[in-house]
Amino acid sequence: MAAVTTTTTTTRIRPTRRRALSPGRVLAWTAMGAIVLVTLLPFYWILRTALSTNSGLAAHASDPLPVDPTGTGFARALGLESTKDAIAQGGAGGGLKFWRYLLNSVIVSTLVTGCQIFFSAMAAYAFARLRWRGRDRVFALFLAGLMVPTIFTLLPNFVLIKELGLIDNLLGIALPTMFMTPFAVFFLRQFFMNVPREVEEAALLDGAGKVRIFFRVLLPMASAPVLTLAVLTYITSWNDYFWPLMVSYSDSSRVLTVALAIFRAQTPQSGVDWSGLMAATLIAALPMLVLFGFFARRIVSTISFTGIK
Amino acid sequence: MTIASSSPPSRLPLSGTEGARTEPGEDPSPDRSHGGDGRLAAVFIAPALIGFVVFLLWPTLRGIYLSFTRFNLLTPAEWVGFANYDRMIHDPVFWDSLKVTVEYVVINIGVQTVSALAIAVLLQRLTQSPVLRGIVLTPYLMSNVVAGLVWLWILDNQLGIGNEIIAGLGFDRIPFLADETWAVPTIALINVWRHVGYTALLLFAGLMAIPNDMYEAAKVDGASEWRMFWRITMPLLRPVLAVVLIMTVIGSFQVFDTVAVTTGGGPANATNVLQFYIYQSAFGRFQFGYASAMSVALLVVLSAITVLQYRLTRAGHTDLG
Repeated sequence: MAAVTTTTTTTRIRPTRRRALSPGRVLAWTAMGAIVLVTLLPFYWILRTALSTNSGLAAHASDPLPVDPTGTGFARALGLESTKDAIAQGGAGGGLKFWRYLLNSVIVSTLVTGCQIFFSAMAAYAFARLRWRGRDRVFALFLAGLMVPTIFTLLPNFVLIKELGLIDNLLGIALPTMFMTPFAVFFLRQFFMNVPREVEEAALLDGAGKVRIFFRVLLPMASAPVLTLAVLTYITSWNDYFWPLMVSYSDSSRVLTVALAIFRAQTPQSGVDWSGLMAATLIAALPMLVLFGFFARRIVSTISFTGIK
Repeated sequence: MTIASSSPPSRLPLSGTEGARTEPGEDPSPDRSHGGDGRLAAVFIAPALIGFVVFLLWPTLRGIYLSFTRFNLLTPAEWVGFANYDRMIHDPVFWDSLKVTVEYVVINIGVQTVSALAIAVLLQRLTQSPVLRGIVLTPYLMSNVVAGLVWLWILDNQLGIGNEIIAGLGFDRIPFLADETWAVPTIALINVWRHVGYTALLLFAGLMAIPNDMYEAAKVDGASEWRMFWRITMPLLRPVLAVVLIMTVIGSFQVFDTVAVTTGGGPANATNVLQFYIYQSAFGRFQFGYASAMSVALLVVLSAITVLQYRLTRAGHTDLG
């Protein structure tokens, strides 16, 4: 970045702004520092608590470093500690099938993201690039769907999923968002609309059919917005709590968010197993942090420049 | 931007055979030669349309229907006319939960909008570092459940670091989530922590559309940053700000997760937001009809807010040129 600014002659203001350390700039940087601190400190505090023992936490509540560093919190969260040890540590006696919940979360999020983006892209292509009767009217209907808040459809959808016999089933959790969301269709349509028509015409001249154009030309061209949308959809689906809570009743379909809330409810009211709870919280959040770590730059710039919802 | 970064499509390996048909067994329809793609469109739109009708359109209509019935999931829904609505109007818990929800939304949106705006302006005027933008977004990666649990621990009355600091400074400990006055603002601020970075990035997108020479010209005229904010940033950002506001208000009306994991509606219904009351009526007391009626009420409130905000946005368009 610095190299760029020094080589360009047009930036007249930047160098002077850099050097001048006015009180206002000091104040602004202090504010920025405070924001970063408030943003990141809770993450450190999760780690610090997860690595401590519960008895240590009670004795040294404000110690900035882990108290009696130990991995038992993680062992409890992962269900690797015997029930007796777990109870001795202030944990829950009930079995926590952590790996099952993790797998469930992965299955649901992957199913939702993969199908939703694929089907939405197909629909978006049909709305943007194909000519058919009633297109605008159907699209207007989809747009109206944007206005219906998700909360409103949750209860009737629950009734529907129950009628389909998919309660306590991973498919039941995935189904409502598996085919599309109005937003995904809308967002991808915007992208397809902006692709110059010449691109398509060149492919048509080469003898490609419309299906081929979609799969071999337009979809690869859309890889950047599709990827951003996919990562955000994955995060949203992974973090969803209300709908899975309604639909799942047992370990077979329980996802991580629901399991975490239950883990918290199971711990004794008098002395919460903070160390175990924070360890579980960290493990539950870790996959999204890693995912974001891979795609951070692309996602941040997409949101920053297009204002994607 | 994204188009330019991908390889030129004309060089992609396409089949060279003239008029290659990709859907086997389809008759060449006259429709096609005139530029219509009816059949293909039907295939492409089918999955999304099925999803739309089955899981969005039908549930919306059914939700309205259920609000006029007595329904407990076990026996068929029984038509009761406006009985649920009548009950709702006379239910003090409903009105309380609506009040709590509005209180939550006002605090959440007020603090979030101001903070997000401050962060966005700092990101624009101070440094455009993508790393800082990434950091600001990290809480958004957490689920509401995780965010709720972490802050529940930080704000714990006895062992939480938040209260340790407050006690260390010589103040009384604050029972943030266990006190009727503190609980709603606390939950609102927890959700601000999780969402403010995302909102800031949306506003940042709006700020990037403001040409930099406006600031440079103002600077030459000797305008201060504060003056530039009120004279340039605010007027030009208004339409974006309005759209972001509509989105975040609708989002924050749907608060549930944080309440469910931190307070469970307590203490003494102090955090019993409308969503939570709906959930309890449906799954705690199996009054699906009544819960649906309250959902309809929520839908009406949200629609009214959307229309109102949309109008205000339009009204604001004129002075933006």
